[in-house]
Amino acid sequence: MNGNGRTKLVLGYGTCGIAAGAAAVKEALERELSAGKYDLELDIAGCMGFCFREPIVEVHYPEGRSVVYGDLTPKKVPQLLEAVSAGEVLEDWVVRRSDDPTAGEGDFLANQHRIVLRNCGNINPESIDEYIAVGGYEAARKALTTMTPEQIIDEVSRSGLRGRGGAGFPTGTKWGFARKAKGDQKYLVCNADEGDPGAFMDRSVLEGDPHAVIEGMIIAGYAIGASQGYIYCRAEYPLALKRLEKAIAACRERGFLGERIFGTDWNFDIKIKKGAGAFVCGEETALIASIEGKRGMPRPRPPFPANEGLWGKPTNINNVETLAAVPWIIANGGDKYAELGTEKSKGTKVFCLAGKVRRSGLAEVPMGYTLRQVIFDVGGGVREGKEFKAVQLGGPSGGCLPASLLDTPVDYEAITATGAIMGSGGMIVADSSTCMVDLARYFLSFTQAESCGKCVPCRLGTKRMLEILTRICEGKGEPEDLERLEILAADIKAASLCALGGTAPNPVLTTLRYFRNEYEDHIFNHKCTAGVCPALITVRINREICTGCGACAKICPVGAISGEKKEPHFIDPEVCIRCKLCLSRCPEEAIYAE
Amino acid sequence: MEQVRLSIDGVDVVTTSDRTILEAAREAGIRIPSLCYDRRMEPYGACRICIVEVEGARGLLPSCATRVTDGMVVRTNTEELRRIRRTIIELLLSDHPKDCMTCESAGNCELQDLAYEYGVKDTRFAGEQHHYEVLADNPLIERDYDKCVLCGRCIRICREVQGVGVYDFVNRGFEAVPGTPYNRPLTETPCEFCGQCVSTCPTGAIISIPSKGKGRPWQVKKVRTTCPYCGCGCQIDLHVRDGEIVEVSSPVMVGPGQGNLCVKGRYGYAFVHHPERLTTPLLRKDGELVPVTWEEALGAIANRIHKVLDEKGPDGMAFLSSARCTNEENYLLQKLARAVVGTNNVDHCARL
Repeated sequence: MNGNGRTKLVLGYGTCGIAAGAAAVKEALERELSAGKYDLELDIAGCMGFCFREPIVEVHYPEGRSVVYGDLTPKKVPQLLEAVSAGEVLEDWVVRRSDDPTAGEGDFLANQHRIVLRNCGNINPESIDEYIAVGGYEAARKALTTMTPEQIIDEVSRSGLRGRGGAGFPTGTKWGFARKAKGDQKYLVCNADEGDPGAFMDRSVLEGDPHAVIEGMIIAGYAIGASQGYIYCRAEYPLALKRLEKAIAACRERGFLGERIFGTDWNFDIKIKKGAGAFVCGEETALIASIEGKRGMPRPRPPFPANEGLWGKPTNINNVETLAAVPWIIANGGDKYAELGTEKSKGTKVFCLAGKVRRSGLAEVPMGYTLRQVIFDVGGGVREGKEFKAVQLGGPSGGCLPASLLDTPVDYEAITATGAIMGSGGMIVADSSTCMVDLARYFLSFTQAESCGKCVPCRLGTKRMLEILTRICEGKGEPEDLERLEILAADIKAASLCALGGTAPNPVLTTLRYFRNEYEDHIFNHKCTAGVCPALITVRINREICTGCGACAKICPVGAISGEKKEPHFIDPEVCIRCKLCLSRCPEEAIYAE
Repeated sequence: MEQVRLSIDGVDVVTTSDRTILEAAREAGIRIPSLCYDRRMEPYGACRICIVEVEGARGLLPSCATRVTDGMVVRTNTEELRRIRRTIIELLLSDHPKDCMTCESAGNCELQDLAYEYGVKDTRFAGEQHHYEVLADNPLIERDYDKCVLCGRCIRICREVQGVGVYDFVNRGFEAVPGTPYNRPLTETPCEFCGQCVSTCPTGAIISIPSKGKGRPWQVKKVRTTCPYCGCGCQIDLHVRDGEIVEVSSPVMVGPGQGNLCVKGRYGYAFVHHPERLTTPLLRKDGELVPVTWEEALGAIANRIHKVLDEKGPDGMAFLSSARCTNEENYLLQKLARAVVGTNNVDHCARL
């Protein structure tokens, strides 16, 4: 990305990077560089996907090769700059080397196929020129000046692209409905109300490549005949909003948005609507109500938004990831996209790896990859070499799959068959230290809190399920509780008004299906085998191993641990609150929970 | 609007395409239970009691919000539907006081009727229950949200029918509850006290204070009459117990009001039994108002009309009518003025 013969440092400056300390690193870099000692350029980019090594800097050398360094701190900056100036590589800090894919975490990227994330981490998201330099807005120009709306819809249909927000509805078909709907005004809405815990692909795309989404919207708006676009983005994404606002302003200046765009007769503009952080507003009818200024609650469909949507007009709603794939499809052809993937699930999907996976971050892989490939080949397996236990797919609406299903391909139908859903692509990995009842309880506590309260099954049903799960975790589960959970889960799924309620029981249903023994252990044996649920565990010290260093007694917040110096210590179970702080503190790993 | 033919529970039903499944079924005499439905408002689809099976549809559909289409095959009362409805009723009862004995709405409660129909005595899903403060912040309308089923009918009738919009939901999920802006008392909101929310509330969550404890539905006699307050002619039912009016309601979709009433029609009946109410005409004699018979009173009026006509002619007279009269009565008064007396001096208080 530099043609002026200078070496360029690109700092990962997405929310993940900033949260890990990139702002301080940026300040240090700017301070050092302003002294004029180094002939280096500094730029920023969005998230490259290496969230687990942030803050990161990619060094682009004039001859084309690049090196990514991770875990930077302001203190490491002088050493980094010295090495870069001297043309040396700091091997210990390397995350990735373009000239040696085996170095560092090179296989993280090598095993991916980046279409949606094509520019994330590679260009400055706040510069429209950098986007144009990598071919940006050429697809929109091509679509508007050389293609009819029907040709565009045809191309997208041929690509096999399906809605990446979770439902997986064929995008071309959806556009076709909106195109055919009768109305003097139509709307296009980009759903950027990403709300799943553990999902951050939309945020990363908006922060790392906002122009790709805007370009996708320009093409979609023209294809369906919508002259006004909305981006519904949650207010908790301030950086994404700032970059979107900047990008939209730049587009208006260049004539890519506004009246007679790209020199055609077509008008298209985009408004941003900030959401107030309600998970249910990701549901399209609730999202529409929210844009209209009403309380964000879903309504029954039909009528579908394609016929009666925003302000009662035909409306097409697509997810961020879906729209970001559109320019690539128009530029490279639908057939090229359809070469990737499985029979019914084409192209690529971005996944957010989180939880106990070694490399937590963003990964884009072709559909059809198995869960094992995503979690182990890309994600590097389970942290600290522990054993893989389960993966929660699709966030709180999804399901929890065991190791025996790791060879399931990433494919809408194949994943649905397991009881989970593709969802927006969250993958939360659990190891042997995760209690599956507690995990289900966590996800249900989320959906229960985020239920809008409109329909009875979701409002009261999820509340009662959560109460049952809580009492099972507290060791107060009753033998009838498993049946109660199953009845509630089935009826909530069948009778809820929207997909929030319709999918909320999935974590419970899948854990009941694949980890039923853990529920039974909690209820009948009063045991939490993972050693998580405080009411069901006892924390003990192995007297054979304990050296009597006293570290545990020092950290215990309730003074439950006693013992003579250099003699084995003892935990008073009456006093112990099972916080397990001592477990992590013991240098001999003599403390355990059972 | 096209004619459509569909099958509901095996019955061949012919209706028009503007109908919902629920409407078409009820017109055909097939009762689908419901809770959040009130035909005065737009369908809402929240309670899920009216869900039905439609062949070929993905999942179960709320019959209140689903329009009929030609060839549709609908089942309203399958084993699965009954099981789900039962679960929903049990869930509702899990957060509802079991005080039907003293509840103002017993006998006129849609939740009670559902529990009765489905034989739900108790709930398998007992858990946390709400304990809200009973809100009696005005003389007419009492709100007890412990009994609220969140059907949204009060919110919708206030907004859609009255055009006022005093209520909306606040909070989410289990904590969601209807409320006024900043939970102000109704007297500090634009509330008109029409009591439409009372009329639509399916349970005892919103009740009329003046009727509290005055009689069960089966203890009162309903007397249909026309509201005396204005010329609209809304049909009202006087709920009479032991010769006393204890409540006023309006039959839904009947008469010009279609079941809707204003504050006067619903609550302005206390004068009927008021001790100071005039029961005979009064005539001023020697500066004092004295009770007289109707014959004497009308005779006095006729004499005065004759006197004015003799002295000043027809235009010496003016006729002023009242908005509380019916259109027919107002018509008769102007007829008297123009055809009998011969003057166009006719006016009406509603014009002032």
